[in-house]
Amino acid sequence: MKTPPLFYGLSVSGLIFLYAPILLLIIFSFNAARFSPIWEGWTLHWYGQLVTDRALWAATQNSLLVGVSSTLIALGFGVGAAFVLERERYTGTRVVDGIVMLPLVIPEIMMGVALLLFFVLTDMPLGLLTITIGHGIFSLPLVIVIVRARLQKLDPQLIEAAHDLGANPWQAFRLVTFPLLWPAIISAALMAFTVSLDDFVITFFITGPGATTLPLYVFSMIRTGISPAIHALSTLLVVTSMILISLSFVLQRK
Amino acid sequence: MSQPLTKSSTIPPKRSVSKSSFSLWLSWPLVPALVMFIVFFVIPLVMMLGISFASRDTYGRIAWLWTLSNYERVFDPLYWTLYMRSAVLSVLTTGCCLVLGFPLAYAIARAPAHFQRVLLVLVMIPFWTSFLVRTYAWIFILRTEGLFNTILIKWGILTQPLEILYTNSAVLLGLVYGYLPFMVLPLYVVIERISPVLEEAAYDLYAGKWMMFRRIILPLAKPGIIGGCLLVFVPSLGAFITPYLLGGGKTMMLGTLIQHEFLVIRDWPFGSALSFILMAIVLVVLAGLVKRTSGIAPVA
Repeated sequence: MKTPPLFYGLSVSGLIFLYAPILLLIIFSFNAARFSPIWEGWTLHWYGQLVTDRALWAATQNSLLVGVSSTLIALGFGVGAAFVLERERYTGTRVVDGIVMLPLVIPEIMMGVALLLFFVLTDMPLGLLTITIGHGIFSLPLVIVIVRARLQKLDPQLIEAAHDLGANPWQAFRLVTFPLLWPAIISAALMAFTVSLDDFVITFFITGPGATTLPLYVFSMIRTGISPAIHALSTLLVVTSMILISLSFVLQRK
Repeated sequence: MSQPLTKSSTIPPKRSVSKSSFSLWLSWPLVPALVMFIVFFVIPLVMMLGISFASRDTYGRIAWLWTLSNYERVFDPLYWTLYMRSAVLSVLTTGCCLVLGFPLAYAIARAPAHFQRVLLVLVMIPFWTSFLVRTYAWIFILRTEGLFNTILIKWGILTQPLEILYTNSAVLLGLVYGYLPFMVLPLYVVIERISPVLEEAAYDLYAGKWMMFRRIILPLAKPGIIGGCLLVFVPSLGAFITPYLLGGGKTMMLGTLIQHEFLVIRDWPFGSALSFILMAIVLVVLAGLVKRTSGIAPVA
């Protein structure tokens, strides 16, 4: 059966549409021209400008801190939950299953404003802590989905075999389940970290004084005016996300 | 074999019987996740619902006087243009994503097996990169002194730069660009399941390409089409970054209005009421999605 060439043409244009803006941004981050989008030769000047930007370093530090802590929270809470949701199929877990996935489907702005109201009404000072909590909440379903997908593929007979060979539940987990599960856990961690690193909308609502993350910094740069330095920072962010997420995809396949 | 096999003999012979009584006890790892979830997700939403019925005092703070006036204001004709724009842009985004996404999903589903995964990953990767940065890329391209205008003027195709940025078209473009992967994924899942044999059978029975598409592919792909459309429609309706950055003040949508009420005007009760209307629409749409596409596994 031949696929009509029109379909290939359209699908190639679809991929070009998805990648062209990013590629153009990357290319022009090396452009020597300051104001015009006309090519005036290669330069690393804009990257150099980023290196000496103190505020940017602070934002990077904040982003890393929030990313690592929210990922650890999501893993700590999510992996165990994934086990239960996968193994125990009574009505209660089914309902929980549906509700826990909600942050993935409702518009981000809803979570942003709801968390803002919550933190203000409970007198929690807005800052890195509130951002970390917010990121933890939307990373949690990601971890649960990925770890569950791997658990579904596990052969239950392997665990039964471990029990038959005299392993207690903890030993069976440590020696059989965990080694088979770790690629999924790392994959989930990479995904949670990437999502935290890139999140703008929710962070925008629950940030406080001094708690600038990288996307918030990019946003403030965009508002002050278009400059090739934004292209450079954007390039670094996009390339980092692409590497992390590709690693995550590779590990999910393992 | 001098050691007695004490451990294995302690395993209950009928595990299936003991399992149900263990079930609840074994569910403890769910508790911390559930508590975190209730505290930082369910309770904030409930608070928001409560505040949407509250009023503001003269200093703009929340006053706990119950009122329906926030919801009355939601239906003020003042906002109708904004609602219409949100609805029309979301529907158009969905339509454009379907037209662009269907051929892409079809080509991926009919590609050689080892290519399929690579292509799917290629479609998904942009989705996992910063939405803010990808939207910014469009500002760089579309603005008056941007790449698009500069090149077209240089080539002599345009004499005057086109004002695309800060229009509805720019917002539409940004939304389609951002949410296209949401359309491709569910479509791929259903099309991949349609056996090419069915297509051949249709051709053997003298169906033309269009006839084959309309009578074979379209009906079988229907759950994926519905799923993809809803997955694009929901985030488009609540979109914030795209209308904010590409639309500017002139082309506000529901998401930008909510942000404006919360962070600029600080009318939290009215902002909450707006958010709840949005939430209600989203939940109705999602309930429809779950009901009509229960055969499709969700893909993260």
